Amino acid sequence: MIKVSKEQALKFYQTMCLIREFETSVKHDFLNGEIPGFVHLYIGEEAVATGICAALEDTDYIESTHRGHGHCIAKGADIDRMMAEIFGKETGLCKGKGGSMHIADFSVGMLGANGVVGGGYNLAAGAALANKMILKNDRVSVVFFGDGASNRGTFHEAANVSAAWKLPTIFVNEMNQWASTTPYLTTTAVENISDRAKGYNMPAVIADGKNVFEVYAAAVEAVQRARAGEGPTFIECKTFRVEGHFVGDPELYRTREYVKENAERNDPIAWFDRTMTQQNDYIDGTIPVQELEAIRASARERIAQAKKFAMDSRYPDPDQYIADLYL
Amino acid sequence: MSIKNYRDATFDAMKEEMIRDGSVYAIAEDINGNGGTHGRYSGLGEAIGDPGRVIDAPISEAAIVGSAVGAAMSGLRPIVDLRFSNCIPCAMDEIVNQAAKSRYMFGGQAKVPMVIRAPDGILKMQGAHHTDCLEAWFTHVPGLQVVVPSTPAEGKGLLKTAIRNDNPVLFFEHKKLMSMTGEVPDEEYLIPFGKARIAREGSDLTVVVYGIMASRALEAAEQLAQEGISAEVIDLRTLSPWDKETVLTSVRKTGRVVVAHEAVRQSGFGAEISATIAEEAFDALKSPVVRIGAPFVPIPMAPNLEDLCRVLPENIYEGARAAMKR
Amino acid sequence: MLFTREELLTHYETMVKIRKFDLEAKRAREANEILGNVHVYVGEEAIATGVCANLERRDSIESTHRGHGHTIAKGADINAMMAELYGKATGCCHGKGGSQHIADFSVGMLGANGIVGGGYGPAVGAALAARILKTGAISVVFFGDGAANRGTFHEAANMAAAYRLPVIFVCENNTWACATPSEVGHTQSVTEISRRAVGYDMESYIVNGNDFFAVYDGMRKLVKRARSGEGNCCGILECQTWRPLGHVIGDTQPYRDPREAWARFCADDCIANYERRCIAEGWLESKDFEEIQQKVDRMIQEAKRFAVESPYPDPSELTTDLYD
Repeated sequence: MIKVSKEQALKFYQTMCLIREFETSVKHDFLNGEIPGFVHLYIGEEAVATGICAALEDTDYIESTHRGHGHCIAKGADIDRMMAEIFGKETGLCKGKGGSMHIADFSVGMLGANGVVGGGYNLAAGAALANKMILKNDRVSVVFFGDGASNRGTFHEAANVSAAWKLPTIFVNEMNQWASTTPYLTTTAVENISDRAKGYNMPAVIADGKNVFEVYAAAVEAVQRARAGEGPTFIECKTFRVEGHFVGDPELYRTREYVKENAERNDPIAWFDRTMTQQNDYIDGTIPVQELEAIRASARERIAQAKKFAMDSRYPDPDQYIADLYL
Repeated sequence: MSIKNYRDATFDAMKEEMIRDGSVYAIAEDINGNGGTHGRYSGLGEAIGDPGRVIDAPISEAAIVGSAVGAAMSGLRPIVDLRFSNCIPCAMDEIVNQAAKSRYMFGGQAKVPMVIRAPDGILKMQGAHHTDCLEAWFTHVPGLQVVVPSTPAEGKGLLKTAIRNDNPVLFFEHKKLMSMTGEVPDEEYLIPFGKARIAREGSDLTVVVYGIMASRALEAAEQLAQEGISAEVIDLRTLSPWDKETVLTSVRKTGRVVVAHEAVRQSGFGAEISATIAEEAFDALKSPVVRIGAPFVPIPMAPNLEDLCRVLPENIYEGARAAMKR
Repeated sequence: MLFTREELLTHYETMVKIRKFDLEAKRAREANEILGNVHVYVGEEAIATGVCANLERRDSIESTHRGHGHTIAKGADINAMMAELYGKATGCCHGKGGSQHIADFSVGMLGANGIVGGGYGPAVGAALAARILKTGAISVVFFGDGAANRGTFHEAANMAAAYRLPVIFVCENNTWACATPSEVGHTQSVTEISRRAVGYDMESYIVNGNDFFAVYDGMRKLVKRARSGEGNCCGILECQTWRPLGHVIGDTQPYRDPREAWARFCADDCIANYERRCIAEGWLESKDFEEIQQKVDRMIQEAKRFAVESPYPDPSELTTDLYD
């Protein structure tokens, strides 16, 4: 159990609302045909990115997934330029070359979403290696990954080297029950992915992914351990993917009732609303519902601005196609 | 000038660069246990006064290369040794999807300065899992650079450039090179990428080669000279980028071309060279381009069958005779 | 007693055959009679023998670069094996594979592998095929402590367990990954590789790899479960052993004292252990061992003669066997 200041709690809430509103806006625009490509939404999992990144400094690194908008926002990326990137505009974080699935903001230590499932583990381990073994600072690396990605060999290799060399790598598993369209237990041999940490002598913890305080507490402990040179930690966050695998996924593999029931039970924002408006164990006092609503409204307003910024921006010049390839 | 073998010349390249720049580190399986394959890293940690920058890796190619990409994006300059070219496929995702694309895809935010050293080629009966020449694969991937050195001096100059280069570089070194000796300049020098070396000037015929094939082509050229045929030998040095202009200029002069590599002939880099010549210097050609490479088989272990897969000076010589006939 | 006299003699013969085959391979490689990479199995004979003694012909094994022992224990013909090391037409791969890519599919030996950790995936596939084809066969993959760190292990272990396939992962933990010690903090994160079984909800046993009877017994339990096909029926058998020689013939072992490495083996040699146990229990006598030693000597000499006298493949063989 962790107790935080009311300001900290409100900051959590603000970040979660920004992610929710960002994703809601992107979903809307995608379905309208305004955004091309392939978009994976983080709705329902906001407390994970928020709780983890709140324990990090700007100088720490994260490696993200194909479902990376939430991580990017939580790490502090510029929301206007994020939205512009998703629209493929020249003002985007990656000058329109990356898009949703390759969004990155190196200026805040967000080393990239990744179109390759499980592509981030070793990159995170490498950043950790660089910082600990060569540059000799106390920066940590976080790699987010889903239950599906936990079965890639890259996990095994990165976990082994991180543990063998006591690297400051934090493995954050977003156990959202679905590997794309597959219920995770049909292709995964264990119920709790974090059981695998034992195979690397790595401490592991399971956190309730709808409870931002619980996730934050786990992250704080893992970051302390990493900075102290005690090596990696495995954090498994039990959560639920509310939307389809990508926007436009017909979700033939699960029923609407199933989704509705699980979405409601696991919704981190609704949980926060319920918990904070009453006496609770996480802050002193309560937060009035009006205050929460105001934060929600201002997040919505902020996202509308971002959308306008994106719409007002230009596409890159055609001659830019060759730029940024080599130095 | 000093006489050095290839191993020592490239060792010096790493040593000099690692002393000059504290962000360069080397990682490989067995790198401390036995100095890595061919002992190329024996004593490197001590030589640079920082053994911590020479890192023993588990047998985890995906982790070795993947972590190198992450380290490179975080400001380091890894030298990765994959022991054999055939270990590369174990880390294909990390090379093709991560190392090659991160810079472009992220709009220039990332920098992935890394070198992947991969010994390749036929030595003797090592079989199909330790012998392939795979350089052509990576010339097809935008974002990667491909280097194939031909001598100790070339190896040193090119490796130094590769380490200082800000892009991911595949550095293919034929196993036969390791024991090759040659003159190496004592003073500091770098060899730029994309600039071919005219290893021998000639007027009747152009032989385009790279890597170990350069010395074999020079042997063939010597034999041809005795028969009054003047062959120009071009050592490409790097395949991506590659020095088209030097090749085309030579072809326009001679009108006859032999292209040779030890890699499988089908879809080898020779195909790219030949096609470029056909596209851009067709009128200069007096005879069709002769393309030499290994037959389309995995390298068999049986010594006599293995011998059929080698590309030797006599093959180049015969190719040249064929080019001269028409 | 667990075994009949005939079985005891057979298992002894298998171990001795592996030992003498590999000592001959070592001699021939050092004399340059054969070339290329030769990794010998000396010191680890009890593992291949104890594991394969539990298998049937229909069962398959995936081997490693150090594969002669597995091949012999699975029942391959040693004449064809020796010829393969020489690259001859009569070799089990017609001279195209050699030591490191030796295979005998006729006895379910699906190949040594030049890629460390290359066998896991194929082993899972073999088990999948057995299930689909309803052959009742099980699948075994041998791997070293070094190979345990390849991602391919993780991917295959998860898949085998998730699919409830009868795959047994046999770790030959000889403490050396080529020239690198498999030490925690160096390149390894756990001392006991089989601890990773929990991550796949698998059964696992750790046994003394220099004790045939311990290997046999551990494998027996896993095979029984795998054969039943019920639930998650795969498992890990970790055999703790020691590699007395270099990684490959010609390895001068700059990373350790070769004499100490050899002495450690001599003090805990699986074949001597087997002899002692059999004599102590009154199961066999020294005379039995001597007879088998002599018989195997003759077999190895014959294999060598066969290999040396066989022709190299015809040059026309270069392009055969590539496509069907």
